[in-house]
Amino acid sequence: MTRVTKFSGRDSGPAARVGGFVAHLRDNGFRVGVAEAEASLMALAQVEPYRPTEAKSALKTVLTGCREEFERFDTLFDSFWMNGGRVTERMSRSNTMAQHVHSSRPARGADEGGASGEATAPDQGEGESNSGGEGKLVATLTQQKMRRDLRHVVQPDEIKEAEAIAHRLGAALRDRRSRRRKAAQKGDRIHFRKLMRQSLQTGGEPLQLPKKKRPDRPRKIVTICDVSGSMTLYAQVFLAFVAGLMRADDTADAYLFHTRLVRIAEALRDRDPMRALGRLSVLADGFGGGSKIGTSLLQFSKTYARRFVDGRTVVVILSDGYDTGAPEQIGEALALLKKRGCRIIWLNPLKGWDGYEPVAAGMRHALPHLDLFRPANTLADLAALETELMRL
Amino acid sequence: MQTGCPSRGAAHLTKGRFMSFKAIQTAMAGQGYVASDDLAMAVHLALTLGRPLLLEGAAGVGKTEIAKVLAAVNETKLIRLQCYEGLDASQAIYEWNYQKQLLSIRAAAESGTVTDAEARIFSEEFLLERPLLAAIRQAKSPVLLVDEIDRADEEFEAFLLEVLSDFQITIPELGTITATARPVVILTANGTRDLSDALRRRCLYAHVGYPDRQTELAILKSRCPDIEAALAGQIVGFIQSLRKEDLEKVPGIAEMLDFAAALIGLGINDLTQDPALLQATMATLLKTEVDRFNITTEITQRLAGQAA
Repeated sequence: MTRVTKFSGRDSGPAARVGGFVAHLRDNGFRVGVAEAEASLMALAQVEPYRPTEAKSALKTVLTGCREEFERFDTLFDSFWMNGGRVTERMSRSNTMAQHVHSSRPARGADEGGASGEATAPDQGEGESNSGGEGKLVATLTQQKMRRDLRHVVQPDEIKEAEAIAHRLGAALRDRRSRRRKAAQKGDRIHFRKLMRQSLQTGGEPLQLPKKKRPDRPRKIVTICDVSGSMTLYAQVFLAFVAGLMRADDTADAYLFHTRLVRIAEALRDRDPMRALGRLSVLADGFGGGSKIGTSLLQFSKTYARRFVDGRTVVVILSDGYDTGAPEQIGEALALLKKRGCRIIWLNPLKGWDGYEPVAAGMRHALPHLDLFRPANTLADLAALETELMRL
Repeated sequence: MQTGCPSRGAAHLTKGRFMSFKAIQTAMAGQGYVASDDLAMAVHLALTLGRPLLLEGAAGVGKTEIAKVLAAVNETKLIRLQCYEGLDASQAIYEWNYQKQLLSIRAAAESGTVTDAEARIFSEEFLLERPLLAAIRQAKSPVLLVDEIDRADEEFEAFLLEVLSDFQITIPELGTITATARPVVILTANGTRDLSDALRRRCLYAHVGYPDRQTELAILKSRCPDIEAALAGQIVGFIQSLRKEDLEKVPGIAEMLDFAAALIGLGINDLTQDPALLQATMATLLKTEVDRFNITTEITQRLAGQAA
């Protein structure tokens, strides 16, 4: 029993400890809150909480919500309640909000500049003085700050053309597989419920035969565009397409990434196309820098995808697959994304080259999860996708 | 119109009304279900806190079986709702019996009593109960099994959430029907798609994995009581190592029991005794062409040799 954590005398009893534990889980990425803390206390009242194993499996049932959490729970439980008899002073840390929303990694470079000095952090403080000194080349975590005005990258007439193509693609992606039937003028089946209601007016004679049919369910298109240095040339075309798509389709969603992921849907919906691009260039700070495909896609799968991607979504990724991060991450991110039930299309501009083989490690990890892998260099290539998408 | 009074969730919270988790575990074992501590605790809490229980895990690890066993333990009815893509309210909750309604209107017209036709044909008599409605109208709280919830589409999931939070169903023509007894709700999923966070938050959660050696042996012994101890050990060892092979479809507990039944039926009492026959019985374990092709006689012999 010596392993059990000793709590300081000042804390205010079991409720506070459970509250602290819930906060501990939240810090570790669990989606738990007050309701779960309350449920944990109720659960503990139903078991014999002085037995660690029993308390553990009770809390596990209440506080986990998916397989990953289920597997991580035991270690987290032990680290909080069984930390070898050391005294824990504070019950719950006041935690900084934003960190739970985004993965904290991509923002690290920017964050640490303003963070209240952690003396041990290696890549900080010194940066300024070095830059004036004797040409010492040091890799830093600071982001590519170069600002590119996207208005020079995308031409207005291209947007017009792209809009037309986006319209056609949107139509090609329309899904006709809904299995529910809804009342419709020209349906294929009789809508009995409506029939009964209407026949009441005519004394039980069904004079009109209302029909129902399977409605068309539009698919949602989510585009993720790589705007890193190696992609600058092609991103131009694709951004025009995305801008057109956003104007043609209300449900479409768009992101771009280089070293971090940015949602650009709101900006692109601006009524004035040029102003939309202006807003975009503010967001796309770091345009043309390095690329962290895996990290960005993983961030997308874990945050935005939970809200915006479902079984009726087609995710279109435009990237050359050259990643500066770990290539396994791409596979992991796509597997996670695939579990949302969506279709994934990867457009690779390099695939248009003669004799291209998907040898980039990132691309190799991505391939098993893709529904479609196609070249895309010009607007014409995108237009040619129409027939492929029909079949999807 | 209210039919019956709601049973308060808090009434479940009085300690001692339900068994402790060890008692649940024993009771389930009595019905031939060997549950791990985590799982027994999850079931115990689902019963005491009156919250739905979401079970996730690969196919064939006994998720559906839990609901059946629980119904047997509680001596209550099991109501099952099998989910599929396109499942909608008329199949899950209720539907009006249209043919009967039509006939009734006709009959009323002929006898000249058309006045209150609407109230009459939209009454209990013409209502067809579907699983969700049936589950909240039982006298004794039943076990409601919502099987493979991840196959139903998201609209249905949202609807289910509403039913699970209030245990009441609104039928426009009849009014709101509140649960007479709260059903014990078990949801199962095997990861066809991710479930919404809202649904996960309302449920208790347990992940059911493949059993370890001891548990699997206990399951086999409780299902096939007259199996020889040596053969049982071999079978479980064989299955456990087969699961570690690179398979498309990993055999679950149901497959293991089929395999055991096949061996007993063929009168085999040692796995290594007849390679050809053993390979033939692999039909109970390997369910895809690729797996059949990859697990050759040599591999089965090696696994059987290790297990023996």
